Amino acid sequence: MKRLVFAALLMLVSLYCLGPFLWQGLTSLKTAADLTRLPPLLPHPPTLEHYRSIFAGHPLLRIIANSFIVATASTVLALSIGSLAAFALAKLPVPGKGAVLLLVLSTSMFPPIATVSPLYLLIRAAGLRDSPVSLILTYTSFTLPLTLWVLTHFFRNIPDELYRAARIDGCTPWQSFTRIMLPLAAPGIFATAILVFIFSWNEFLFALTFTSTTASRTIPVGIALFPGLHEIPWGEIAAASVVVTLPLLFLVFFFQRRIIEGLTAGAVKG
Amino acid sequence: MTEIGFHSLCKKFKKTSVIDDLNLTIENREFFTFVGPSGCGKSTILNMVAGLESITSGMITFDGHSIDGLPPGERDIAMVFQSYALYPHMTVRENLAFPLSVRKVPSADRQREVEKIAALLALTPFLSRLPRELSGGQRQRVALGRALIRKPKVFLMDEPLSNLDAKLRIEMRTELKRLHREFPVTTIYVTHDQEEAMALSDRIALLHEGALRQCGPPQEVYAAPANLFSAGFIGSPPMNFIEGTLLLDLPFLASRLAEYRNQPFIAGIRPTDLRITGEKRENTLSGRVLFLETTGETTWIDLEWRGNRIRGKTGPVRRTARDETAYFTIPPEKLHLFDKSSGERLW
Amino acid sequence: MTHRKGKEGAFLFLAPALLILAGITLYPLLHVFRLSLHRRLLIFDISRFVGPENYLYLLGDTRFRNALGNTIYFTVLSVLLELLFGLAIALLLNRHFRGKGLMRTIILIPWAIPTVVSARMWEWLYNPDFGLLNHLLGFRINWLGSPFLALNAAVAMDVWKTTPFVALLLTAGLQTIPRDLYGAARIDGAGPWTLFRKITLPLLMPVILVVLLFRTLDAFRVFDAVYVLTGGGPANSTETLSIYAYKILFQTLQFGYGSAISVMVFLCVGLFTLLFIPLLRRRKV
Repeated sequence: MKRLVFAALLMLVSLYCLGPFLWQGLTSLKTAADLTRLPPLLPHPPTLEHYRSIFAGHPLLRIIANSFIVATASTVLALSIGSLAAFALAKLPVPGKGAVLLLVLSTSMFPPIATVSPLYLLIRAAGLRDSPVSLILTYTSFTLPLTLWVLTHFFRNIPDELYRAARIDGCTPWQSFTRIMLPLAAPGIFATAILVFIFSWNEFLFALTFTSTTASRTIPVGIALFPGLHEIPWGEIAAASVVVTLPLLFLVFFFQRRIIEGLTAGAVKG
Repeated sequence: MTEIGFHSLCKKFKKTSVIDDLNLTIENREFFTFVGPSGCGKSTILNMVAGLESITSGMITFDGHSIDGLPPGERDIAMVFQSYALYPHMTVRENLAFPLSVRKVPSADRQREVEKIAALLALTPFLSRLPRELSGGQRQRVALGRALIRKPKVFLMDEPLSNLDAKLRIEMRTELKRLHREFPVTTIYVTHDQEEAMALSDRIALLHEGALRQCGPPQEVYAAPANLFSAGFIGSPPMNFIEGTLLLDLPFLASRLAEYRNQPFIAGIRPTDLRITGEKRENTLSGRVLFLETTGETTWIDLEWRGNRIRGKTGPVRRTARDETAYFTIPPEKLHLFDKSSGERLW
Repeated sequence: MTHRKGKEGAFLFLAPALLILAGITLYPLLHVFRLSLHRRLLIFDISRFVGPENYLYLLGDTRFRNALGNTIYFTVLSVLLELLFGLAIALLLNRHFRGKGLMRTIILIPWAIPTVVSARMWEWLYNPDFGLLNHLLGFRINWLGSPFLALNAAVAMDVWKTTPFVALLLTAGLQTIPRDLYGAARIDGAGPWTLFRKITLPLLMPVILVVLLFRTLDAFRVFDAVYVLTGGGPANSTETLSIYAYKILFQTLQFGYGSAISVMVFLCVGLFTLLFIPLLRRRKV
């Protein structure tokens, strides 16, 4: 009995979490006529018409490619810069270490809306409007606090004695970073990379402000500004939603443990 | 082949002084141990020699040359850590070869040295294993091997045995002695275990609150502790201390103590020197038995005597029980006397 | 005498990160303060120092007050619901069962879906004519068309999207509570409710507070969820501070006044953090 209640509760939670997305999936398979008709709940017959149409009639592939470029470049940049700094904060004698970490953390609390207008002016002045570079730099900076926080936590978990042993064995600080610390922090770096990638893939405000054409437009903007002539093309939006969410589902499915490790690192142990 | 000198060495963290004016010379090829309770500054000294921590003032020299400013890798030292600090992502072979590979020693030479060291430390069967697949003792030997492989000028060991269980620790002590005989390299050893320090060292230095309390060969420190701290720290079980004035009326001691009659002092006697007997004899004192503890070949007895709790030794056979009266003697020549206010040894 | 190599070149390791943060986060923040003291109209290329004029105007701006009210309502209600649901899910998952990994994957999915995508998903669910929600309820409710319902509909979407994050953090927090404590308390005769109140809740409090801080800061600056779902309407009933600021900045191109609103968002968030930190500190001891 108790186990039945437990199983029922789990089902309920799963349904709550998955329901809206499943519905979107069903919608994407419905014919135009079915879209404006309820019931039936299930598409009959299912059609791939909307998928065909988003790839044929829309620059969706281009937008997805933009997102891949932006998210990948931001992740690589944020992780390289962040792991250097996190290593220094965790293992090297930095005067005012606590203050630096606090400052970094406090920048993560800055609301994006507060920095978007000056950044826009900067980017306009630098001629980077509608270029992926503007987004890459912004995302790198905005994910750095998280990167630093989580990676510092991971580097701290590596015993100090390993760093000292490496130094005595003849490594410079740089060599001990690349030969000892980096390989040992790899799981943490991977976890953080996934988080940064997902953030960059999903970000909307900066993307909306800095991009104006499909040359640099990323997925969230593409979905938000999905073009429709007279009415909202629900079927195509649903199909596009499914397509752009699939890479994330893939990440979540295979790296669930890593993602949770990254999300909870630092937040739970203080 | 290095003589290490400490010249007016000081270390402060913020405002707290951790090492205060250390002056000392460690001889070439010596096995030298810093021993003291935790927080006495012994690990700080080791880290300063290694170059892992900065010096506040003073100087450390190798063969008369200051090593200040040299990064750890250029000091030609090797260190064994309490946690062994084996690189967990490298095999035993890679761990052993690491100091050589950082120094760009050619691969063939590296290979040869690793084989040699592995044979010496009986590690050959484990060369392709990862540290986590080894036992505590094996890890310890890898750590030693990684330190030995480079033939450094100086060996630093930071409590290397304290993560081992009691039996293995005794075995490794012997191993360390053997290695030091085979590679007579100047060695600085740090431990909080006075017995380990006594067993291993050519000389020991007692540290307490950042200051050097006594330095000398183990037997000398044991036989003639320079002060109360030294007397209380070295030797197990620890020395009994008795306030001086109490002893003046003991006829067989009075003659020796007479010259300190007007001075407050503390007398010390090691439990092993306090002979407990079953019956009253000439010159015996008597006390009430508080507590008995037997370790097999000896039995320790705690006695109450004139308000002091003192411990003494008898043979394996227990001749007495709690609350009974026991008799004991204090051999005058085994008595240590310390000034009460300064704690310094009087004789 | 200072140790020449004592710093180990730490600054070189830190420099790139500090440079980027200074250039792309700190400098713009200072610049937005300066902008807020100007009358700056991008279309006419006007830029003039006006001192606190923009802020004085804010005081009498009913649309600003409305946005502030909406933001606070949205923040309080969504954070509260997320904490409650999150805690419930965390407690549910805090045991051993088969398929726990799968369950955690399922819970992560709403978190991973882009906010914009989820806003469009919910917009479709809320559709008055063909939406699943009305179909299941059997009514025809115009969820996003009524000022009262629209803001609550936005809260419901945000709760769906963010509860997983809260639940996962709380689950991790629950795992740090030693099992022995429950055993000991049960031997002392404590029932499930007492266990929860006397052990789980106090020991989980540090994590709850951290989650509360994270979520409040995040909810207060909400933009994309509501912007895509309702665009701020109907009749500005879902317009949050970030949306208002965005519209003033990029639809009317009044950079001075828009910056003043942005600064207000920053100040609210900063003030809340400052008030919150002592609470976090005390709980840590």
